[in-house]
Formats: sequence, C-alpha cells, structure tokens
Amino acid sequence: MTEAQVEMKTRMDNEANNVKFSTRGVHVFYGDKEALKGVDLDINNNEVTALIGPSGCGKSTYLRCLNRMNDTVDSARVTGSILLDGADVYDRKVDVVQLRARVGMVFQKPNPFPKSIYDNIVYGPRIHGLASTKTEFDEIVETSLKKAGLWNEVKDRLDSGGTSLSGGQQQRLCIARAIAVSPEVILMDEPCSALDPIATARVEELIDELRENYAIVIVTHSMQQAARVSQRTAFFHIGEIVEHGNTEQIFTNPREERTRDYITGRFG
Amino acid sequence: MTEGSSNFARHDWDGADARRRLKRRYAANTRLKLYGLSAIVLALGLLAVLLGSLVMTGYKSFVQTHVTFDVYVNPENYDQANPFDSDYRTMIRDSFLKLFPEVPPGPQQRQLFDIPSTGAQLKLREIVAADPSVVGSTIRISVPVSDEFDQFQKGEGSRDAAEDARRVNDRQIVWFDKLAADGKISTPFNWTLFNSADSRFPELAGLKGAIVGTFYLLLVTFVLSFPIGIAAAIYLEEFAPKNKWTDIIEININNLAAVPSIVFGLLALAVFLQTFGLPRSAPLVGGMTIALMTLPTIIIATRAALKAVPPSIREAALGVGASKHQVIIHHVLPLAMPGILTGTIIGMAHAIGETAPLLLIGMNAFMTSASVGILDPATTLPTQIYIWADSPERGFVARTSAAILVLLGFLMLMNGLAIYLRRRLERKW
Repeated sequence: MTEAQVEMKTRMDNEANNVKFSTRGVHVFYGDKEALKGVDLDINNNEVTALIGPSGCGKSTYLRCLNRMNDTVDSARVTGSILLDGADVYDRKVDVVQLRARVGMVFQKPNPFPKSIYDNIVYGPRIHGLASTKTEFDEIVETSLKKAGLWNEVKDRLDSGGTSLSGGQQQRLCIARAIAVSPEVILMDEPCSALDPIATARVEELIDELRENYAIVIVTHSMQQAARVSQRTAFFHIGEIVEHGNTEQIFTNPREERTRDYITGRFG
Repeated sequence: MTEGSSNFARHDWDGADARRRLKRRYAANTRLKLYGLSAIVLALGLLAVLLGSLVMTGYKSFVQTHVTFDVYVNPENYDQANPFDSDYRTMIRDSFLKLFPEVPPGPQQRQLFDIPSTGAQLKLREIVAADPSVVGSTIRISVPVSDEFDQFQKGEGSRDAAEDARRVNDRQIVWFDKLAADGKISTPFNWTLFNSADSRFPELAGLKGAIVGTFYLLLVTFVLSFPIGIAAAIYLEEFAPKNKWTDIIEININNLAAVPSIVFGLLALAVFLQTFGLPRSAPLVGGMTIALMTLPTIIIATRAALKAVPPSIREAALGVGASKHQVIIHHVLPLAMPGILTGTIIGMAHAIGETAPLLLIGMNAFMTSASVGILDPATTLPTQIYIWADSPERGFVARTSAAILVLLGFLMLMNGLAIYLRRRLERKW
C-alpha cells in the first residue's frame, strides 16, 4: 500500500471505530524534564474518557496537548502524533485558534470572565463570527445555557456578573461558554475539584447528557467520579499510560498490579 | 541520653525567668508600635508646618486691593486711526488726579499717581477696544492698586514705622486713607491670579500662562508616554522571549526611572533643541522630555498590572479560541486598566512638578500672555514658581506661596481623579 492509501485506511478505520482523537507516541518535555514518555490513546466520539492517576503523572499535560494549550508554556515541547479526525493538530498549517474552537476546555477552577453571564456566553461565538444578529446571539445564549442546565437558574439575570454565581453555577457557566462555540470535543481538567458534592453531582449529570453530542475527556482525582461518568478510563503513572480500556473493566478487573493498587487507594 | 531528655523537661511557664521574658516581649511590642506612631506624627506635623506656612504667606494674594474711580475717556487723547496706541495713561492720570484737586503738580502728583497700578491703562484700553462708543463719556472702572499699596492695605509693614523704612510715605498714606474712607478701596477675590499671565508688576501677575503651559505639557507627555508605555509593557510582558536581551532591557528601564531629571534636561537640550532644532521654551519639547522621564514609571506600573491579571482569565479566553491579541485586548488590558491608570496618573503627577529639565530647555520664559499652542514659548507652574521666587518685589513672595498652593491643588485633583477612575473601572462582581 502507498502512504496515501495507508492514511486513507487509518482514517476509514478511525471513522468506523468512531475515533475522534488518535494519539501515538506523544512525548512532552518541559525544558529537560520529560513529562510524557510516549502515550498512545484514542478518544472516541460520544464517550467520556476519564484520565486518572496520581498528581504529576502527566494526565493534565496530555489533556493540554489535545487543544495545544501547552503552546502557552515557553519551555514545553511536544513530539509524536496527535490526530484530530485524522489531521495532525501540531501540523504547522493548523490554526491553533480554530483548533481551540473545535476542542473546548473547562478548567479546574471556575473561571468566568468578569463580565455579564450573557457576555460570557457570546464572547466565543462573537470572536469566531458564528452569529451576527442579536436574535442569533440570544439563541446561542439560550441553547448553551439550557444544555449546561443553567438556563432556569439565570434566565432572569443574564446581565448580572458571571462571578456573582455560586461555584457550581460558575462551572456550569464555563461549560456553557465552551459549548457556545459548538466544539466537537470538550476537555475537562478536574472540573469538580473546587465544587461541593451537590454541585459535583449536577455537573456529572451534565457531563453524561453532553456525551450524546460531544467527545469528552475528563481529568479527575476521584475514582468514583471516573467510574460514574466515564465509559473509558486511562490510568497514567509517571508520564506513561499503565492501562486503558473500558471503565468497567478497569475498575472491576484491572490487568495491571499498579492500576489495582491505585484504584483501591494503596498509593497515589 | 539522660542529658538529651533533660532538655525536654517540663518548662516552667510561670517562673521568674518566664515572667521577665513575657514582660520584655510586651515592652518590645509597645515600643515598636510607638516608633511607628511617632514617625506618623512627625510626618503629619512637618506636613502641617509646610502647608501652614504656605497658607499663611499665600492666602493674602488670593485677594487683591482695587481702587474704583470715574474715568473720563477724553476724545483728545483718543487716536481714531490707531486706537491701540491712544494715550490711555493720560486719561487715567487726569481722572485720578481729579479726585485730589488740592495736590500741586510736580513730584506730589507723581507720588499720588503711584497709587493705581500700571495695569489701569491696560484695563481701560480693553474696555475701549471692546466698546469704542464710550469715548467722550465718563465710565467707572475698578483697577488694582500698585504693589506697595496692596501690601500696605494687607497690613504688610507698620504705618507707625519711620517714613524712610516704609515703601509708602506719609502723604501717600493720607491720600490712601481718604480713598478708603470714601469707599473707593475694595479687596475682591484676585481673579487676576488665574486670568492673567506673568507680569513684571506683582499686582498684574497671574498664573494663566503657567496653567495653560502645564496643560499643554501634560497633554504632550500623556499623548507620547501613555501609548508608548503601554505598548512597550505589553511587548515585554506578553511577547518578549525570556533571554539575556530582554533582561538587559528590563534592567535598563528600571535604571532609567532613577536617572536624575537634570540629565534628561541636558539630553533634551542637546538632542531636541540643538540636533533637531525644535523651538526653545515650547511645551512640545518640555512634554517630550518629561515623557522620557514618565515612560519608565508607566512601563513598570503597566507590567505589574498585566502580571496581576489572573492566569485563569487568560486560560479561559484561550480555551474558547481567542487569539493572543484578543486575549490581551479583550481581557487582560481591561482588567489591568485600573493599575495602568494609577501608574500613569502618578507619572503625570510627577511630571506636573518637574522643574529642573524644563529650566534647561528654557521653559522659564517670561511670558506676558498665555501661549496658544504647543510650539509657543510657555512656562509651567513649577517654573513660574521658580521665576517668582527669584523676583525681588514684595508682592511676589505671597504670590509664590499662592502658586505653590495652586500647584498642590492640581496635584490633589489629579490624585483624586486617579482614585475615582480606579474605583470606577475596578469591576467587583
């Protein structure tokens, strides 16, 4: 087979398997320090992939490769192949702004802009030119907030500040903001670590609902959360993936000793 | 082993030793508090003395002694073809002398005519120029008295002193008292201080030229240093690679903030005036010089303000796909604005009081009218203070203090503006 044919075959395989992100041999260096030592992982559409592992294992670093947030760190260097729908995101021709519009992100600490709820949502669509009239923007705000399960709570005060909401509401606002640019993938970096159990339950519910339309990658420190919300789980340890597969299988019948030790709380 | 464990023997918290230590600790706390308090009291005291002495010497020049009398605008002295050169002095003198018909011509009349200020004829000229129909009629005008009599009216120098120790002689006092008794002497608010430019005569000298000059200077300084400072800070903070060269630039910007201002004056003299041939004494050159001095302040303040914007906001913006310039323009810069403005206004407040470099480029020009543009010669408030402080006339002593008070007033206004803007722009949600 020629190279083009190989590429075509991989692409077709990926589409058949519903693969969104296909990453092979991903290495990340911060200066001389190697933070990721060759990671192979596929992220599927309409699934939640949970990345678990002890602190400093590289799961956030991996997550930040997917939308090239590592670009903002001067000393970071990424090698390997990260394909989004078969196209390398680290290709020089790729526009990082468009990439981030396709691959949205929700952060550990809720970080709404110090603007109104309305402005928080419309900011992304506005800079990407996704809408032009007030009606269109209003519609985006309503659908995004509805999808994020926040509409009923804030529909009467869209002009009040995004930071005046409670922590859990703020995080859902951030999810709504990410949804507003109609991404294909949503990356979540410990989205519930700053939230109380009730708000966490609300966000987890939301993640499950969002799965229908997006590929979701979530980094979490909570085993229970990974077990509750994800379909696939990858266990990271010291820059490598120790094991990955079906969440159920990982949690009930891990193949590796280290995975078993970690999920039963013996280390980490 | 036994020795080691004895170190951990139960401590006696209530022994004589412990109590002495406790007492010493309390005493040290109290002392530290007192040192701080006395420093504050000392600083406030010195400030009160400074302001007090300024107000005590300066307050008198906020009023001005005026004499009011009727002037016959004599057509004989009026030059139809050239009204500007008409003999207004004679009109004033003839009319004023009419108040005292008993005074014989000669030295006595000259002494009498010392009472109204030289400014009287200028005022009459203005009135006639504005409305030539007054020629031939009698009008009532109120003009400043000359400095000697202004000082005399304000109680400067005792009237019981020996005649040759006074600046007004016995005869003049009698005339002046008669004018006062006739209700012709008044002391209204001294609008001249704000309405007129400098003059050789204290009673006619005002700060208008200096205020206008200061305004132009600040305008030039702001227009140059605000955008350049912010642009430089944004580049250094957001774009510049971290290497040896940016380190050197950073260190030098910090050093620049510590360069004595007179050095900037010399630089301006050599470069702006001699090499580029820009006009002397002009607010344009002054503003350029002060902008050089203000830049480091603005750059440092802007960088600090940019650095203080939480990284989570940058990440949020990058996360929805904002480009670098969108992150900076839409999010980082607005959030940093209160800090930037505070730094800028502090820089401007610094600029408003700067004197030394302005003296070198000739911004202590003697200007009897306010300049109309940034290329005209001008003075600023501090250089005007410098000029007045150097003048021998008694009247300028009070005016120097008054000018300082006006300068301090402007500074307070600017600081108030800084606080207001910061409060206004700081979004607290």
